Amino acid sequence: MRRLFVGIGNPLRGDDAAGLLAARALRGRAPRGVEVLELEGEPLGLIEAWEGADLVLLADAVCSGGAPGEVHRVEAGEGPLPASLAGSSTHALGLAEAVELARALERLPPRLVVFGIEAAGFETGAEPAPAVRAAAERVAETVAAELAPR
Amino acid sequence: MSTRRIETNYLARVEGEGAMRVRLRGDEVEEVELRIFEPPRFFEALLRGRALGEAPDITARICGICPVAYQTSACQAMEDALGIEVEGPLRALRRLIYCGEWVESHCLHLYMLHAPDFLGYESGIAMARDHREVVERGLRAKKAGNRLIEVVGGRAVHPVNVRVGGFYKAPERRDLEALREELERCRSEALETVRWTAGLDFPDLERDYELVALCSEVEDEYPIDRGRIVSSKGIDVAPAGFDATFEERQVPHSTALHARVRERGAYLCGPLARFELNRERLTPLAAEAAAEAGIGQGCRNPFRSIVVRAVEVLYAFDEALRLIDAYEPPDAPAVEWEPRAAVGHGVSEAPRGLLYHRYEIDAGGEIVSARIVPPTSQNQGSIEEDLREFVAAHTSLPDAELRDRCEQTIRNYDPCISCSTHFLDLTVERR
Repeated sequence: MRRLFVGIGNPLRGDDAAGLLAARALRGRAPRGVEVLELEGEPLGLIEAWEGADLVLLADAVCSGGAPGEVHRVEAGEGPLPASLAGSSTHALGLAEAVELARALERLPPRLVVFGIEAAGFETGAEPAPAVRAAAERVAETVAAELAPR
Repeated sequence: MSTRRIETNYLARVEGEGAMRVRLRGDEVEEVELRIFEPPRFFEALLRGRALGEAPDITARICGICPVAYQTSACQAMEDALGIEVEGPLRALRRLIYCGEWVESHCLHLYMLHAPDFLGYESGIAMARDHREVVERGLRAKKAGNRLIEVVGGRAVHPVNVRVGGFYKAPERRDLEALREELERCRSEALETVRWTAGLDFPDLERDYELVALCSEVEDEYPIDRGRIVSSKGIDVAPAGFDATFEERQVPHSTALHARVRERGAYLCGPLARFELNRERLTPLAAEAAAEAGIGQGCRNPFRSIVVRAVEVLYAFDEALRLIDAYEPPDAPAVEWEPRAAVGHGVSEAPRGLLYHRYEIDAGGEIVSARIVPPTSQNQGSIEEDLREFVAAHTSLPDAELRDRCEQTIRNYDPCISCSTHFLDLTVERR
């Protein structure tokens, strides 16, 4: 069974690094056999990355008006991602589009869990906010615990 | 008389941030603006003082869709300045990696961004639900294009293996051979796609553009990586003649400069122009497909650019296979060079059209000045003229439909707004 964690983000745009921070935090403590990837979030690349995976957990920064660091959790298999979590990418296609495209093509993994980390500052070259760092850490903990062998 | 405004404040399915405004008084089109408000990026300024060898990788960052185009034009401009020639297998590799970029860029646009316009879907995703086979074919082709870039360039986005003079490491024959099977499959599927696009329903619009494209100095070769700049109205200059031939102007409604032929006006570059000026140079397979698709005798309808892109994808697969067949690894992965004070010009055919670079370098190899003219900024004038003509001929359409058609008119260009963004270069010199 292939299990995969994907952290999405841009390391040079402040809070947008949230997903990458979660992936890095998970690396040291991921249970055996769990792959950890850091991606920019380009939809076709994502769909390729999760090909053949049975369980995919994914973290990305979102902007839905909540407090920075708030974490939303969505099971993608249950239906479209809520509009409030759909990406605000300047290049038109983001995570929500990747999920919907994969759904249309029947290429969604059997289970896909999305952690949306509420983010606020995207300034070029800025450091992620402490609340966002902490949230990324929490997501990594949750993921490590859920994937741990029982 | 009443005034109608057709506006889209945020264009969808284009790369970057832009808007469109058309103002009509009665049946008169008063004003047409493609407004580009993506913030300026100052690449030309940040190149000053950098080492000449950094230009390919720095400018590649202008675009995640066409980094190979930036790397190629930058390398060629530097090689021109340094007085070196990159030929034989090194040139073949440059062309090969560029084929990969044409495929991935054209396929993204053709299948995900443009086709939905013709089939009445609001997005590629909505289209994928009903046309799964077509979209799967597109994704396979795009992946093969990415793979080609990866094998030659080290990675699929912003390749790391390209340098002034050639490459850091040349691939082995077997690395390229390993791609053959998938490329052959994609070539057959690309032929299907040409047929498929030919069956779409195209709005009427025939434009009398001045078409501008490269023309390869190698006989029977469709232009990709280099050539002379030629036009349908008689331009025929080496890359160094770009400045004397074209000029760029600032317009208030756009952060991208507008280019025009000096003392003449707007021109068109990109797939349609390339095809029109070079269609006799396609491979037999691509030429036959174009003929079968009804554009063998030419095409001046910008809406049919989707068919031309499909033909170019087919050509790119065909050409990539030819280059792989003929490939013999070079003795050295790059031509060595020594810096010298000079000016160099480089131009190549980015997926969206001419990409011109000019650099001045000093004796120590530092960049003194840089100039980059991307295709979308060159095409802005033609985009606005297309809109003007299309709207003038369709004033009876209801606003919503007219707006959709105007957006489609813009998407015909696969505009890459992020690339085109410039800003009036305001410098204060103190001596």
